[in-house]
Amino acid sequence: MAIRILVGVKRAIDYAVKVQVKTDKSGVVTEGVKHSMNPFDEIAVEEAIRLKEKKVAQEVIALSCGPAQCQETLRTALALGADRAIHVEVTGKDYEMLQPLAISKLIAAVAKKENVDLVLLGKLAIDDDSNQTGQMVAGLLSWPQAVFASKVDIKDKTAEVMREIDGGSETLRVKLPAVITSDLRLNQPRFANLPSIQKAKKKPMAKMSPKDLGVDIKPHQEYLSYEEPPKRQGGGRVASVDELISKLKEKGLI
Amino acid sequence: MWSQTIRRLSTSALTRVRHPKLRRSTHYATLTDKDVSFFERLLSSGRTITNPDECLPFNIDYIKSCQGQSQLVLRPKTVDEVQAILRYCNEHQLAVCPQSGNTGLSGGSVPVFDEIILSLRLLNSIGNFDENSGVLTTDAGCVLEKLDTHVRQYGHIMPIDLGAKGSCLIGGNVATNAGGLRVVRFGSLRSAVLGLEVVLPDGSLLDCLTSIRKDNTGIDLKQPFIGSEGILGIVTRVALACPSLMSGVGLGFFACSSFEQILSTMRLARKICGETLSAIEFLDESTYNLSLKYLQRTNKPIESNKFYILIETMSSTDEQAKATLEKLATTALEKEFVTDGTLAQDLTQYKDIWAIRERVSDALVADGYVFKYDFSLPTSRMYKLVEETEERMKQFSNVGNVTGFGHLGDQNLHLNVTVKDGYSDDIKQALEPWLYEWVAKEHGSVSAEHGLGLHKSKYLELNKGKHSLELMKQMKHMFDPKCILNPYKVLPYKID
Repeated sequence: MAIRILVGVKRAIDYAVKVQVKTDKSGVVTEGVKHSMNPFDEIAVEEAIRLKEKKVAQEVIALSCGPAQCQETLRTALALGADRAIHVEVTGKDYEMLQPLAISKLIAAVAKKENVDLVLLGKLAIDDDSNQTGQMVAGLLSWPQAVFASKVDIKDKTAEVMREIDGGSETLRVKLPAVITSDLRLNQPRFANLPSIQKAKKKPMAKMSPKDLGVDIKPHQEYLSYEEPPKRQGGGRVASVDELISKLKEKGLI
Repeated sequence: MWSQTIRRLSTSALTRVRHPKLRRSTHYATLTDKDVSFFERLLSSGRTITNPDECLPFNIDYIKSCQGQSQLVLRPKTVDEVQAILRYCNEHQLAVCPQSGNTGLSGGSVPVFDEIILSLRLLNSIGNFDENSGVLTTDAGCVLEKLDTHVRQYGHIMPIDLGAKGSCLIGGNVATNAGGLRVVRFGSLRSAVLGLEVVLPDGSLLDCLTSIRKDNTGIDLKQPFIGSEGILGIVTRVALACPSLMSGVGLGFFACSSFEQILSTMRLARKICGETLSAIEFLDESTYNLSLKYLQRTNKPIESNKFYILIETMSSTDEQAKATLEKLATTALEKEFVTDGTLAQDLTQYKDIWAIRERVSDALVADGYVFKYDFSLPTSRMYKLVEETEERMKQFSNVGNVTGFGHLGDQNLHLNVTVKDGYSDDIKQALEPWLYEWVAKEHGSVSAEHGLGLHKSKYLELNKGKHSLELMKQMKHMFDPKCILNPYKVLPYKID
């Protein structure tokens, strides 16, 4: 029986943009800055589409939580091959304070509601680098998890996943339903082609609120300040080994 | 990686060997130790290069089509030094080859024989940007990409953009009236140059460095220097009008089954994208495949076909830029002008798709020796030339690829023929003068944007006629009576 997949996509500041911290240290500048789909989510979408092409999956649902602009990101997912989209609308201050735990609760609620067999997410988002959502979704649903996937094989409701870990890789076998998060080497995402971009405009996009899902998105953490990393100090040059030794002694290193 | 190393180490045949009919003029003095000492005293520490190994990279052009034998490279840091050098060379009748970024594609940037190389690379302080007028005043030795990064801070961009932007210097861009990817939007570089500071061949300074947009006072003396390719004077400072930065950008890449469909798509783009249109480029199948191979791109952006067209839009908002592009994509697909396409979804895809077009020159050099041609032709006739060239090259088994691509919106075709085992005189004879005569018959240009340099100076008369050529020679004589600046190039050189 072909499975049904829920893929999470996040609208984040584009990978190629040079991020600037706001002068009041309350966050980063997002106004007028280019946003696009989180690169790890692109990889997750690509994997879901490939599973559909292999006839392992019969339906791919794209999900995003955030303001109206998320619909653009969802349209991209549809253009890449997802069948339908769900937009959980969170705006203004609520969106600014939306944190991984709340997002995990929303994803878990949708996964249950849509009765999916697999939740595919990017391993982390390049804006907050949290790397928590996938793991927490699995915890909330009490589903097995295989994170940092670099290879996924699904057969008979079982997934064999090769994971990137420190020192190499590890292969896990998990029973579906499960949560898998994508790592960089899982695949190379495709370009959305024109006919798909046109078709995507007609694919269904449902809108709902956290309340509809019975989820409380209240934040549990407060961000105190955002700062740029300290500027790298230039190195110095020495003219001889003796000078090197005396400089090292000066700095109390030898 | 290995092929890149080979490319860096490989040299070209000496120009004097490849062009045996060219002879070094006896009019020029030969460099003596006394001369070298003068320059070493003038330019402090390490800015006078005489070591042959260190001189070598300055002697070879970017596409490895020529190699000179200069024994002296000078690297002045100030305009005073440039003046002193030219004053001395003028007095002692020493030939000088001014060198900017050395990215030129017509063999104009390197010596033919032993001309002294005067590199502008160290005249590189960025200068002033006026936020109210959008005018940048800068030294000639600044890298184009660095200048672009600089003016972006103020919400502006450079008026030109080309594949060589990371290496070319603005002085050379002005001296060659560089074209590039955005002519269709911003016009030619000529229209953006408001002022120039030029050192004349006798060492005197011509100060036309106004940074005001309107100045109708007398004869505009800076104009002849733009595009003069270093034969009238050396540009040392430039005042440029910089357009506003458009934060909204859209990029579409489409495949078509015929050149007629490419033209239909182009006309449709002009109509639908209107004022947001900022670039129209095309590639044929062989160009596209070579480029993907060089970039080691396994992920093809769209389904293959015979021709590809790249359309870029720029507007003050992303919505506007993307809206016109989407409308174009939908209409072009409905009318069956295009068979497939993609729209860049993020900045990385934008860069990746542009790279397919921008890195073509590198891809060609990696494919073998490149015979490079740059023509202006009536748009409807452009591809006919590529097809006829392909037919003509069939007899040669060592021809790699015949490729056609270019700035479709400017009627500018880049026609390149790669040869698998290096330069071939037979192939050269089969291509020239046949190609140039073909273009002249169509009343096109034998060099749309690459200039004449060394390779194309002999075709100047074919393009412009005897009378114009005479007047050009008179002007050259007026500015450079001793003919020391960039000899043997641009104007046809008669062997005595």
